[in-house]
Amino acid sequence: MKLFRIRGGIHPEYRKEMTAGKAIEPLPMPALLHLPLQQHIGAPAVPVVAAGDRVRKGQLLARARGEISAPVHASTSGRIVDILPFAAPHPSGLAQPTILLEPDGLDEWTDLPPPLDPFSVPREEIARRVAECGVVGMGGGTFPSAVKLDLGRKFPIDVLVINGAECEPYLTCDDRLMRECTAEVVDGVRIMARALGVERIVIAIEKNKPEALAAMAAESAAFAEVEVVPLPTRYPMGSERHLVTALTGRETPARKLTADIGVVVHNIATARAVHHAVRLGRPLISRVVTVSGRAVREQKNLDVRLGTLVSQLIEHCGGLVEPPVHYLSGGPMMGQAMPGREVPVVKGTSGILALTAAEAHERDTMPCIRCGSCVTACPCGLVPVEMAQMIRHEKLDAAARIGLLDCLNCGSCAYVCPAHIPLVQYFNYGKGRLAALQRDRRKQEMTKRLAEQRAERVERLDRERKAKMAAAKKAAAEKQEGGA
Amino acid sequence: MISTHDISGPYAHQKTSIRRTMALVMVALLPATLFDLWVFGWPAINLLVLTLAASVAAEAGCLSLAGKRLPLFLGDGSVVLTGWLLAMSLPPWAPWWIAVLGGVVAVVLGKHVFGGLGQNVFNPAMVGRVALLISFPLPMTMYVAPRPLFGAGSPGFVEGLSITFGGWDYDALSAASTLGHVKTELARGVALDQAMGGTDLMALVMGTVPGSMGETSAALLLLGGLFLIARRVISWHIPVSMLGALFALATLMHWVDPARFPGGFYHLVTGAAVLGAFFIATDLVTSPVTPPGQLVYGAGIGILTYVIRTWAGFPEGIAFAVLLMNAMTPLIDRWVRPRVYGRTLRGEPLQPRRKA
Amino acid sequence: MLIAIGSLTLLGALLGAVLGVAARYLRVEGNPIEAEVEALLPGSQCGQCGFAGCKPAAAALVKGEAPPTLCPPGGRAVAMAIAEKLGVSVSFGDQEELEPEVAFVNEDLCIGCTRCLKECSTDAIVGAAKQIHTVIAEVCHACGKCAKVCPTDCIEMRAVPATLATWHWKKPRVKVAS
Ligand code: SF4
Ligand code: SF4
Ligand code: SF4
Ligand code: SF4
Repeated sequence: MKLFRIRGGIHPEYRKEMTAGKAIEPLPMPALLHLPLQQHIGAPAVPVVAAGDRVRKGQLLARARGEISAPVHASTSGRIVDILPFAAPHPSGLAQPTILLEPDGLDEWTDLPPPLDPFSVPREEIARRVAECGVVGMGGGTFPSAVKLDLGRKFPIDVLVINGAECEPYLTCDDRLMRECTAEVVDGVRIMARALGVERIVIAIEKNKPEALAAMAAESAAFAEVEVVPLPTRYPMGSERHLVTALTGRETPARKLTADIGVVVHNIATARAVHHAVRLGRPLISRVVTVSGRAVREQKNLDVRLGTLVSQLIEHCGGLVEPPVHYLSGGPMMGQAMPGREVPVVKGTSGILALTAAEAHERDTMPCIRCGSCVTACPCGLVPVEMAQMIRHEKLDAAARIGLLDCLNCGSCAYVCPAHIPLVQYFNYGKGRLAALQRDRRKQEMTKRLAEQRAERVERLDRERKAKMAAAKKAAAEKQEGGA
Repeated sequence: MISTHDISGPYAHQKTSIRRTMALVMVALLPATLFDLWVFGWPAINLLVLTLAASVAAEAGCLSLAGKRLPLFLGDGSVVLTGWLLAMSLPPWAPWWIAVLGGVVAVVLGKHVFGGLGQNVFNPAMVGRVALLISFPLPMTMYVAPRPLFGAGSPGFVEGLSITFGGWDYDALSAASTLGHVKTELARGVALDQAMGGTDLMALVMGTVPGSMGETSAALLLLGGLFLIARRVISWHIPVSMLGALFALATLMHWVDPARFPGGFYHLVTGAAVLGAFFIATDLVTSPVTPPGQLVYGAGIGILTYVIRTWAGFPEGIAFAVLLMNAMTPLIDRWVRPRVYGRTLRGEPLQPRRKA
Repeated sequence: MLIAIGSLTLLGALLGAVLGVAARYLRVEGNPIEAEVEALLPGSQCGQCGFAGCKPAAAALVKGEAPPTLCPPGGRAVAMAIAEKLGVSVSFGDQEELEPEVAFVNEDLCIGCTRCLKECSTDAIVGAAKQIHTVIAEVCHACGKCAKVCPTDCIEMRAVPATLATWHWKKPRVKVAS
């Protein structure tokens, strides 16, 4: 298949060899599970259990609230200890409401919904089941998958792209899934295509995963509608929009979805979760996590129950050989720093990295030498050096005019910058600040409206009182007159 | 453990630094420099050493005045490169005070007046050269014919010192650079083929002709330039558009009147065309950051160079052309940008285009 | 040389013409700008800016006697809007004063006197006589009037706590002076 050219990108050190050869192994049952109510983009789930309740594996713990949301299920059987604020796997270290579940060791399943035959039930049925099972985008985006499977009703979709690029360094969990659970993944992919009503499926895998490519090609050979495409190894190949452009030549317009140009993209691990949800009725309660980084003694791919603490994963990997400079959730390019080890694995945790200083290669910031490397590296055609300068001088609107909001935070620019300028942090700050300003503005509008309403009311009451007083006076005067 | 709270991603970085970038440029300059030092002998070596010393001293002075960390900033190598390029653009037998003055002017006026590394608008080495050229036209245009080190006529070490610090007999030894010679002859009304009579284009390519150090060895400089492009220190845009514009314009004018205008190839191999295209115009700080901007910038330098060489009072115009386009860089950066993904060139979102 | 002089002269003439035309088109009549600035202010007349209310504050702003950041309840959004309207620059730097706040009623001390409720300019306080009062954080704009009238000093202004949805990265602190 002919691929289309995309601009920019980088060739980072992939460091996948540490885990690419490690088969997925299950993590022993932890002593306590921490299940945040929000493990997805959208509204947090609403708990339907209370402290003291006994639950079984796969039982609903918190239901979705509203259209863009996802439920949370019990990762094993046990007792609900409490629902309390607990540190989120998020750089802020802020706490969020979390269900504490103490496993009873029986690991006994609840009564699961019956298996569906995806090719005979109505299409909507599949999306409903996927929603019910709490499946979200597992590449890190964590957007509720059911919403994306329903896009076929709003947009004419003709291609389903399965993103097996796994372009982030270190991560190999999708690679392992494609090799070890090939049949499940391919089945999940076909179910998703059926839900979307598309005839064409492209599974795109970077060439640095030859085993996965071979396995997936062999498995999908039987299905004419599925095409497995090798991608050049380049970061950020796995960016949804760029992947679609590379495969189809179509470019997603700014501030639109890939669905607007007829393509929906799903991730490998999501495909497998869909398979489990539809064929077995199993909700999303565990995921494969790559534990890597040179600070870890033994890097591994682990099958982890959601809610397990990161510290337990690291312990299972033999602990640390040296204190890391960062704990990351996800890859080093777009992953998030975590406030420490005592945070839970959630639906979007594709990797846990403990990086040494040598790996991160952080250096003092020097003045920009205007080398233009960042411009060349940017896959979006932005001018990072200029945006960063504007943000530094608080010219946020100017930065937005030259594309700050089109930046996908891929980090290519900061990766190549010889002056080690924290470009992406400027963009994060700029975007966050713009959003905060937007909120402030909305609030100001409301304040003004309310203040005006009140001023009016006060004035009206005042007038009424005066009128009443005048009337009373008049009446009194009349009375006097009458009396005279 | 560094607190993760205040550093955002990416958490992986290329093993690159300003020092490494500058070092690569120096590596690329090395073969041509060594060759030129050999061709012009001890006085040239003295000149290079003096220029470097003056530049580094000036940089150290400015940095400590500004209260910056000396080892960190001196170690970035940018000042060595500035001094080096300046030396390459001087006549190889220039006196010591040219070197010292040039180095100081380049670093102080060309760089630190603007705020130091990365802040300067003009290419410091060219600021130094142009300041010297305007103030001291005579010593800045006195070239010698090549006399390779240890060969006949090459001054020895002591003699070299006396040339650098004491001066030399311009009348007896000086030789005009090719550009200067052809220009003077043309101005006298001599036809082009006669004016270029003794010019051996091959010698120009190799560099065994009179001229500034870096003006002479086009082939080795080209090699270094290609190395820089291969290592992605510079992109091809500026050299190609600059040499392309120069070549195209010269060819066009040669076609219009072959008797008055030398051809494209002549312009590429004479003077500092190659040095300028790969090492001076591509100076990172003072050239545009976007590839399309670099094309505009390079073409501008090429055209201006031709115009100055052909119609203005100086035989070589690269330094002026570079400075003029440096002044345009902020404008170019402002107006010429790459297309943003998902938007038209003018920044409007694309129309959703759906295939059936 | 002649060309240079000529082109510069032409450039000068052109720029002059543009400026002239711009001045004519962009001229402001009277002083409606004061009303416009007042319209940008929250309108709660709280006096935290040091003026009697939003109207005098607007007048001072237009005269350049007060910085665009004068209004604490307005916060950054108002400061930036004013700065834009007046064509001045606004710098927050590390200024934390304009970080949003809300009023908070310490319910142990509230005696239900309803004074704050009457004072609140955005009806952000709910309660009734002899009942504990509460502030609806989404509506409160931190004018601080309620805190001033409370007889038991039970109302305090607190910074709005960050949540996962509102948290964002801080501006990088550049370690090396550029
Ligand atoms: S890569 Fe860094 S040094 Fe180079 S232009 Fe961009 S910000 Fe400046
Ligand atoms: S982080 Fe943004 S600006 Fe930087 S390379 Fe990626 S898309 Fe471009
Ligand atoms: S501080 Fe703001 S809201 Fe309060 S009176 Fe002054 S301008 Fe009006
Ligand atoms: S609750 Fe208090 S601070 Fe908030 S708006 Fe009302 S009076 Fe002002």
